[in-house]
Amino acid sequence: MTKVMTSAKNVIVDTGCANLSSVKFAVERLGFEVTITDDVTVIQQAEKVIFPGVGSAKHAMKNIKAKNLVAVLQGLTQPVLGFCLGMQLMTESSTEGKKSSTEGNSDDKTSNIVPCLNLIPTTIEPLKAQGNRLPHMGWNTLTQVRNHPIFKGISEGDYFYFVHSFAAPVSEYTIASCEYGSTFSAAIAKDNFIGCQFHPERSSALGSKIIQNFLELDSTELNQELVNL
Amino acid sequence: MLARRIIPCLDVRDGKVVKGVQFRNHEIIGDIVPLAKKYAEAGADELVFYDITASSDGRVVDKSWVSRIAEVIDIPFCVAGGIKSENDAKEILMMGADKISINSPALRDPDLITRLADVFGQQCIVVGVDSFYNKETDEYQVYQFTGDEKRTQQTGWNTFDWIEKVVSLGAGEIVLNCMNQDGVRQGYDIEQLKQARAKCSVPLIASGGAGTIEHFSDVYQQADVDGALAASVFHKGVIAIKDLKTYLKEQNIEVRPC
Repeated sequence: MTKVMTSAKNVIVDTGCANLSSVKFAVERLGFEVTITDDVTVIQQAEKVIFPGVGSAKHAMKNIKAKNLVAVLQGLTQPVLGFCLGMQLMTESSTEGKKSSTEGNSDDKTSNIVPCLNLIPTTIEPLKAQGNRLPHMGWNTLTQVRNHPIFKGISEGDYFYFVHSFAAPVSEYTIASCEYGSTFSAAIAKDNFIGCQFHPERSSALGSKIIQNFLELDSTELNQELVNL
Repeated sequence: MLARRIIPCLDVRDGKVVKGVQFRNHEIIGDIVPLAKKYAEAGADELVFYDITASSDGRVVDKSWVSRIAEVIDIPFCVAGGIKSENDAKEILMMGADKISINSPALRDPDLITRLADVFGQQCIVVGVDSFYNKETDEYQVYQFTGDEKRTQQTGWNTFDWIEKVVSLGAGEIVLNCMNQDGVRQGYDIEQLKQARAKCSVPLIASGGAGTIEHFSDVYQQADVDGALAASVFHKGVIAIKDLKTYLKEQNIEVRPC
């Protein structure tokens, strides 16, 4: 699946997890070329980097370590977009070993904490669904959307496709929120790193709009907008 | 708010979409990829592709169409049929499917559910349950190999016990196919789905019996299911998804606009 290439404008990092194709196809439907790769140079020289989103944090971090990509991904300065698990990998750590709870009770101290890439200072915790069924699966609305370049044309109340049991709490890095029992981060961002908890590649026209915004993003615009937040 | 899902189901045999009545007498409806695209554009929230012959024939789904679907549609889709191992599942997911659904193989090897959930995550493991209501004994019974009339057989499982079992093993979603209702468009089996709902802590999808738009509002309001799956009413143009969603919204049921 990983092609031998010396350079590519847009890359999807090959985290060794299943389902990298749907992200690739979503980019290609918009008329952009994209390369799935774990090649250090190709990743470093890309204009845009995508962290794909299926699998477990533990499994993905293990693969990233095995491919010697931890420092490479941490050192990226170009715009990076993470989908679902790809967003979760951007945080300090994930408590995915802890069983998520429909009662919103998450003070189990025997949790299995998976250190992540530590690019955005927040953590991934079990979703406090307060009696709602888990996983949180299906189309849900954004309850708050901050002024960020990837959300051009996106408004509160727009539907996106979510599939997860863990989430980042609302923090200063939250750029969009969603509600399911409690409010959580639907998207987070810091500097050049942007992550969506939902799946833009499976969120119909509005999801494609986010991917397009990202691929057309001028990185200087990103820096300016973030200063203004 | 989380929307209730409308899920067209495309039964696949030999690369064509087919539909039978009560799991029999399959007729060809059309080609997979154009139909998948048509439903995604019409406002379907998700699609399910069942290779109805796969489990019975002891073969895996013909894989090429999975990636052809993934290329053209921008909504989630699930693939079912003959997935018996972690490798089978990985191949389907790598081609771009969002979820895989297992049915007969889970009955033969319940631990498969746990192994798949561990490797791929609970959220992409769906368990399909084919349930038949036996009027004489007043019991709901799980059947297997329903893709092939000659091999279809009753299992020892009570439907609700089996649902509890598969959820405890790590299933992320349950599709309950109510066999008595399948293809006859007389409405979903509300009574059975209500009982299943009480035993099912993960998302529950109703399947079998949709004939009118009211059947959808009934199943969401009375059985509190997360999604409703239907085939013939969509394939034959009896119900347009846009009209269905407009109606559901008027009934104060949360749906994603088309």
